[in-house]
Amino acid sequence: MSIASTNGHGLSTAVPVATHAKVDTAGLAEKVSIKNLEFFYGDSRALKGISLSLYANKTTAFIGPSGCGKSTLLRILNRMYDLYPGQRATGDVIFDGDNLLRADQDINLLRARIGMVFQKPTPFPMSIYENIAFGVRLYESLPKAELDARVESALRRAALWDEVKDKLNANGQSLSGGQQQRLCIARTVAVKPEVILFDEPCSALDPISTAKIEELIDELKQDYTIVIVTHNMQQAARVSDFTAFMYLGELIEFGATETLFTTPKDSRTQAYITGRFG
Amino acid sequence: MAEHTLKRFDEELERLSSTISEMGGLAETALTQCLVALRQSDSEVAEQVIAADARVDALDIAVQEQTVKLLALRQPMAVDLRVILSSIKIAAALERIADYAKNTAKRTIVLNSVTAPPAAVTGIDRLGRLVRTALKDVLDAFAQGDVTKAHDVWTRDEEIDQVYTGLFRELLTYMMEDPRTITSCTHLLFMAKNIERAGDHVTNIAELVSFRTTGHGFDETRPKGSASLYAAGNAS
Amino acid sequence: MANSSLAGSNPLYAGRRRRNAIAKTLAWIATAFGLGWLILILGILLFEGIGGLSLSVFTENTPPPGAAGGLMNAIVGSLIITILAVVIGTPIGILAGTYLAEYGRHDKLSSVVRFINDILLSAPSIVIGLFVYEIMVAPMGHFSGWAGAVALAVIVIPVVVRTTEDMLTLVPDTLREAAASIGLPRALMIMRIAYRAASAGIVTGILLAIARISGETAPLLFTALNNQFFSVNMNQPMPSLPVVIFQFALSPYEEWQKLAWTGALLITVTVLALSVIARSLTSARKSS
Repeated sequence: MSIASTNGHGLSTAVPVATHAKVDTAGLAEKVSIKNLEFFYGDSRALKGISLSLYANKTTAFIGPSGCGKSTLLRILNRMYDLYPGQRATGDVIFDGDNLLRADQDINLLRARIGMVFQKPTPFPMSIYENIAFGVRLYESLPKAELDARVESALRRAALWDEVKDKLNANGQSLSGGQQQRLCIARTVAVKPEVILFDEPCSALDPISTAKIEELIDELKQDYTIVIVTHNMQQAARVSDFTAFMYLGELIEFGATETLFTTPKDSRTQAYITGRFG
Repeated sequence: MAEHTLKRFDEELERLSSTISEMGGLAETALTQCLVALRQSDSEVAEQVIAADARVDALDIAVQEQTVKLLALRQPMAVDLRVILSSIKIAAALERIADYAKNTAKRTIVLNSVTAPPAAVTGIDRLGRLVRTALKDVLDAFAQGDVTKAHDVWTRDEEIDQVYTGLFRELLTYMMEDPRTITSCTHLLFMAKNIERAGDHVTNIAELVSFRTTGHGFDETRPKGSASLYAAGNAS
Repeated sequence: MANSSLAGSNPLYAGRRRRNAIAKTLAWIATAFGLGWLILILGILLFEGIGGLSLSVFTENTPPPGAAGGLMNAIVGSLIITILAVVIGTPIGILAGTYLAEYGRHDKLSSVVRFINDILLSAPSIVIGLFVYEIMVAPMGHFSGWAGAVALAVIVIPVVVRTTEDMLTLVPDTLREAAASIGLPRALMIMRIAYRAASAGIVTGILLAIARISGETAPLLFTALNNQFFSVNMNQPMPSLPVVIFQFALSPYEEWQKLAWTGALLITVTVLALSVIARSLTSARKSS
């Protein structure tokens, strides 16, 4: 096993090994392009020279040990860090040709285009219906019938409609954890974003709810670009098309999920995904 | 490579590898001993080879059980996954090799009651030694995770095929020259085929040794020495 | 130490158990002592006050000495002054609390404001009464209902600031982030999400502030003073229950003393009711 980490490169002169297929990006549209991104909490640098691409209608997973910067990276994509003082990002994050880090970026509009689902379900303190209609009304003034239709389609999209259609006026917080998380997904979808960010969306859920959310992510991929941060490597392997492994604020390896989880190129990736860390 | 955080996982992988090593040792012995039985016309040794096969079969089943358990309980990734998947295939290959040795041993017993051309027996012994050496080397490569060595074994299959082709022609010639040898030569032909097939399995193991370490086999098209065999056979 | 010696035979364990028993007994005694006084107060209040309770208490004004009468003018005065104080103080308190919790959580200014607010929260009410006397009663040249309302508003503000800030701080940041994540501007997030999540707590704070001011006497003595007659003119001195109780209780007339007891009972019941409502709102919020 001693040469596993060199993955055949050390042997390439002696042994004719097959060259690995590169990440096949042909036919993929680049939705977000991150270039040389650095991030600071006050004076401490949390992300170091991150460059990677997120592809349209694909799911990209960020994995890595706690504190590796994966959530930080995710929260840059919708400028969530702006809520807190002393946090700043440098570099470029190009979203449909526009640098979303620029100072005069309309952040609220940006967040409507790049939605987010959080670790803990966060339904608003209002009815199920209002939870979804609320966000829609921010950007569109729809007649009641259309709004109803939008709410229904969002709930259907989140595979929650059948469970809540008879109690749309019940408080969103009265639902179970898994249902609340799907309500949050419906709320995000209702605003019609282009990208959806998932920040450890299943870490507070039981396996069955988790499976439902994963199935949902797989379906949502058809219409949205999806980014998911997860502690659960199996989950990353199950739901994503591309995986980025991060460690100590650096992007160690990025590639097609099936390649990364079967034949990772970097020894640190190998150590992490096989449970040999630390 | 560093150890798993979960020590039990390491122990289980270790056990899997040692089961395969034991199988490898048994297969190697079977191959060696069936050649001894052939050379010395020793039915007793042949019986021992036949009897020893049961243990190999049992170990093959043990490997299957261990891999199923590892896959279900450990959710292996990357190198661990490849190690486990290759283990089950290597075990299957070793089980086949032992089976071929057993079949060869059975035919040796039959052969002892008829006369066989001594030159042909020597030819089979030579083929058998080639395959046995290859098996020994590939087992070493497996134990050491040595991809270079595995690749070396892999390239040797060509030579084995050529020797087999030569032996095939030789046996055909004997049968044509003296029809009384047809019975013995047919057995010898099957023995040659057995050993050649065992050689193919050795090659497979060599590829699996590469796969478990690097994630891929040896993809270059290997020149097939026996391609001309069937042409020759048809012509005659 | 063997496991089996964990039972009573172990001297270490027995000592621990003895200390536990002593501590428990002391806690019981302290609780009984405190509660005892409370029950005594409520009991005497009920005993003395309930007899005077009749319709005339609510329909007749405070009587001259020796005559029969009620507390209508004092009740109405108290209601008007209290409501006005809440109307003046609550918006200021909520807005200031919102600033502290939402906009200036990490500001220098916030910590100064928070510190001053805490001082104000524990300032003696008579000081507040004097202060309003100085800035309103003295320049205007007479006592007035307005001055009373302002004095009570000054008491309401720090209570509401404190509870609003605390309740908004309890709203999890994840909810704020969730609101931001659908593109909600901060002001809308506060009004539509944070207030709603904190509403029960903020209302509780207001109710507690009302309970606090409904018994205040000192600030009213310097500001609204009293009025023996029914008056809704805010520019004139105004009667209020606490001041009437103060005056009547100290008087030598039995009818007045009886009315004072009744007034005290009324205030106590009101404060109790407000506290119960506040408590039930808080627990309703927790259970939802």
